[in-house]
Amino acid sequence: MQIVQPAVAGTMESSDIMIRIEPGGAGVELSLESSVLSQFGKQIESVIRGSLAELGVESARVTAVDKGALDCTVRARVMTAAYRGAGQENHSWEVKV
Amino acid sequence: MKRLRRSMLFVPGNNPGMLRDAYIYGSDSLMFDLEDSVSIREKDAARFLVYNALTSLNYGQKELVVRINDLESGLGVKDLEAIVRAKPHVIRLPKTETAKDILDCEREIARIEREAGIPVGQTGMMAAIESAKGVLHAYEIATASPRLIGIALGAEDYVTDLKTTRSDGTELFFARNMILNAARAAGIDALDTVFSNVNDEEGFLRECRLIRQLGFDGKSVINPRQIAPLHAVFMPDEAALAKARAVMEAIAEAEERGSGVASLNGRMIDRPVALRAQYLIDLAEAGERTMVEEV
Amino acid sequence: MDIGCIPHIDEISAQHGPFCGGAEKRTHSFFERMRYDNKIVHSLREAIEKTGLRDGMAISFHHHFRNGDYIVNMVLEEIARMGIKNLTLAASSLTTIHAPLIGHIQNGVITHIETSGLRGRLAEAVSGGLMDFPVVFRSHGGRAAAIESREFHIDVAFLGAPSCDPYGNANGYNRDEESGSCCGSMGYAKLDALYADKTVIITDHIVRFPNAPFGIPESNVDYVVQVDSIGDPGGIMSGATRFTTNPKELLIAKMAAEVIEQSGYFYDGFSMQMGSGGASLATARFLREKMLQKKLTARFALGGITGQIVEMHEEGLIEKILDVQSFDLTAANSLKNNRFHQQIDASFYASYLNHGAAVNQLDFVVLSALEVDTDFNVNVLTGSDGVIRGAIGGHPDTAAGAALSIIVAPLMRGRIPSIVRHVNTVVTPGDTVDVMVTDQGVAVHPRRAELKARLLSAGLPVYDIEKLRERAERIVGAPEPIRYVDKIVGVVMYRDNTVIDVIRQVQG
Repeated sequence: MQIVQPAVAGTMESSDIMIRIEPGGAGVELSLESSVLSQFGKQIESVIRGSLAELGVESARVTAVDKGALDCTVRARVMTAAYRGAGQENHSWEVKV
Repeated sequence: MKRLRRSMLFVPGNNPGMLRDAYIYGSDSLMFDLEDSVSIREKDAARFLVYNALTSLNYGQKELVVRINDLESGLGVKDLEAIVRAKPHVIRLPKTETAKDILDCEREIARIEREAGIPVGQTGMMAAIESAKGVLHAYEIATASPRLIGIALGAEDYVTDLKTTRSDGTELFFARNMILNAARAAGIDALDTVFSNVNDEEGFLRECRLIRQLGFDGKSVINPRQIAPLHAVFMPDEAALAKARAVMEAIAEAEERGSGVASLNGRMIDRPVALRAQYLIDLAEAGERTMVEEV
Repeated sequence: MDIGCIPHIDEISAQHGPFCGGAEKRTHSFFERMRYDNKIVHSLREAIEKTGLRDGMAISFHHHFRNGDYIVNMVLEEIARMGIKNLTLAASSLTTIHAPLIGHIQNGVITHIETSGLRGRLAEAVSGGLMDFPVVFRSHGGRAAAIESREFHIDVAFLGAPSCDPYGNANGYNRDEESGSCCGSMGYAKLDALYADKTVIITDHIVRFPNAPFGIPESNVDYVVQVDSIGDPGGIMSGATRFTTNPKELLIAKMAAEVIEQSGYFYDGFSMQMGSGGASLATARFLREKMLQKKLTARFALGGITGQIVEMHEEGLIEKILDVQSFDLTAANSLKNNRFHQQIDASFYASYLNHGAAVNQLDFVVLSALEVDTDFNVNVLTGSDGVIRGAIGGHPDTAAGAALSIIVAPLMRGRIPSIVRHVNTVVTPGDTVDVMVTDQGVAVHPRRAELKARLLSAGLPVYDIEKLRERAERIVGAPEPIRYVDKIVGVVMYRDNTVIDVIRQVQG
């Protein structure tokens, strides 16, 4: 998946994460701010990178501002931002095994 | 035991905190909403969020319902593509007016089930009736698909369609009775609309008592605070409960004797009476249980 | 015996002692005397000079003005200008408004701090290693005991007061005239005034003698200073503590009220305390319904007092109120107007040296927590990142004193679990905690098997606390351990003033 335009997903509300994605970067360049950085920073980063890899996003600039989102929320917001950034509408859904 | 549906807590689909916490408030069902509570620009975000919540979080024994957008909006099928794969118990279709609406939706669900390797027919359906036309077609809607577990009244759009507003419920009498009778004739549940003024506790209680007396199985709620008073209204009184217990005891006794016919005080207990008694006992047990979900 | 045999007896005048010679009979009216012969000094500087404050001494403050307090910053600014250094600052608590202390610590004006808690930038700076000596954290009862036993000596107490007469009778309100600010009870200040070598009352509202009723009597006061403003009235006190509408807090409160109802301590004439925090305050509301239903009244309510407790008092559900600290304006007004709403000091409230301390008469207390561990130890002082962000308050005192101590907390806050394997900082030992109530179930300390059986038979969702911890961890994941450096930035004292834990500097 190719990121072709800047896109944002998520909010600054508690338990949410705001993901901003832009084209460019050598690989995925991530800047992460979080209210729980010292407790969950590594985990959040790995979910963001993992979700992007699953979507086949190889390069992008990603800015994330986290307010204590669970992993499933992080994943959902990354997916939303990536699809918006790629200008794609239809997700190829696969059942989770 | 038949699943109780006294309360269906409405959860805005684009709110991660509420998706995470919704199960703690003790409602019988949770309804994740992709429709009215989600702005048109956030439909994709809510779809991804509800999908990920359903596939990641543990909601215990709760009945999980997802309200999709109607098919005509062009969003409904996209919602189904995601949500059916996340395997909620029930898909709630809004703005249902005819049996065809149900059949169109069911066809899409069945296709996606096949594609995703989900047993066809596993996903339940529920129809919300929100217009005069829908109310008049209540019975054909209720009987349109074996997937249907219930039909619900959506009063906000319905009163607009009738060119009136909501008041003490007079304006909903016909619709409620149509939907209730259609549901009973079809053998499925009848569910009442939301009461939106959260601070009007008295008004809410009045409405709960009314729909309970009419015969509804339950009601949608928009705030967790409404759950406890609603459940209290559904709690059977001691006299009714004692009678129900006597009925069930008589049935158990008859079974022990090897007799197919049970009677109480000289009168035969027929199936509807037995079912009703069991329902009251289930209600009482649920009412006494504390609200915490074992997950 | 012949009195004439005593040598020099004839040289002793009939009148001796302080009244010997010179003392003129004063004939001015009381009203006039109040103006020229009193304890008022003209400036804060003059008061400081008169107290004899010098390097290395200990000064004390109260926290009844909460986040509206101007006193601490005002006094320290003056002291810094005077060039006095190496002071120990002992406040009953410190909060976000006290961030300017950072500068005074850096300049060496303050080298030691004693407090119940720290918040905001000051707390973060202390956690980051600002001070050479660790901050000493004491509970309200522990502080009172340390002062009473002279384990901790106060040289000068600087006590802000919303009203004071020219001789030092001070209070958190006054009955005569409308005052600009009001803080209700002066419970934590009373003891400082009594034990400090010198006491200065700082007020923006001098009233006529006698300022009765008073919280602090003139016999404990040396000087009175009038200033333009002692604090921001909005920060000192809000109109009424609002009843929470947060459904999760309501759920917890409802469960806590059910635990109380089934605990065996809900009888006619019981005693109680509700801690601050949405869920514990809301518990009072649900308890009220149960009291009305069962026609029970409480003998007394203790503690930080809120409008909700006052309402229950005024409708006859609570006979007496013992108030060490008023949380809102409704509480302050009730202290002023209700005869059976009594102001008490910190020792009366919670000192372990005081056998009759009110906490020892509690049936139950409902307390909040930042973290609870599977041994029921409670942390109310440091956040899950290890940074100081709270206050001990009366937590360990009431938990130890009450027959039933109930901790209320959501199972998680955002992504932060409230039940953990080990709390970062032990403030209240698990041995004094009886029940933990969350939005997702209740846990009972194994020591209280009979209580657990009671709650279970009443159908309450009682789980092993480890099960609740696992449930939270399944949802939020396992947090990474906090990285500390070796330096100790805080020492936590238990209520008997033995060390119960230390707080280390967090890695920056």
